[in-house]
Amino acid sequence: MNMRKPSRRRTAMDLQGSELKPVAKLGPDIKAKIGQQLRVMYSEVVNQGVPDRFVEILRGLDEPTDEGLKNESS
Amino acid sequence: MSPHKNVREVMLEAVPSLRAFAISLCGNVDRADDLVQEALLRALANLGSFEPGTNMSAWLFTILRNLFRSEYRKRRREVEDVDGSYAEQLTSLPEQSTRLEINEFRQALKLLPPEQREALILVGASGFSYEEAAKICGCAVGTIKSRVNRARSRLAELLSIDDASDFGADRETRAVVNSDLSNTRRT
Repeated sequence: MNMRKPSRRRTAMDLQGSELKPVAKLGPDIKAKIGQQLRVMYSEVVNQGVPDRFVEILRGLDEPTDEGLKNESS
Repeated sequence: MSPHKNVREVMLEAVPSLRAFAISLCGNVDRADDLVQEALLRALANLGSFEPGTNMSAWLFTILRNLFRSEYRKRRREVEDVDGSYAEQLTSLPEQSTRLEINEFRQALKLLPPEQREALILVGASGFSYEEAAKICGCAVGTIKSRVNRARSRLAELLSIDDASDFGADRETRAVVNSDLSNTRRT
């Protein structure tokens, strides 16, 4: 395999932190790619909008206001 | 004046993103929606503790995350449901090959330590700044940065991304993604 090995100085600093593996430096292409995938994944859900159950829950917030007198006799 | 109406609108606006975040935590749509519901109810009950002028969305995310950590994490992440019903419930992506690639990506995401995953999602998808994400997670900004970096490298490793042209699945998938990316579809 001909992987581009990023030149990395292995110092004690690299080995600190919760995970012991040193972090390789990523190119901007890879970051962009990951970012794009993340957003596609996320927007799948976001694009679904607000399901009714949550509209219902938050509807209660209208009631204590001066708009709360909507359901008069009809 | 009805100050509550504003709050309601802001909360409604935050719901789609809250759901997406919750799904990334739970790995399951139904549980995620229950979590969002609990978070909203808790937020409503504690509206008084919200500081006006601060970021309402970040506040909701914090509540949701705390709820998840205190309650949902106790029950082990039994069902991961990565390629099952979850994918079927999502219909907004027409391209089959993109769907495959996203599933692969989602699988890889699951393999990250939870702290790294949430940091990456908050910053990379929810659109929070490092500072906001740090507040939501109750840690230092540097910690968030380091988690995001580690998450990215691990993902690159898992998906064996060497450069932009070598990402997951097949050539067709790449073609689709690339054309989406550059928005220059030749027809």
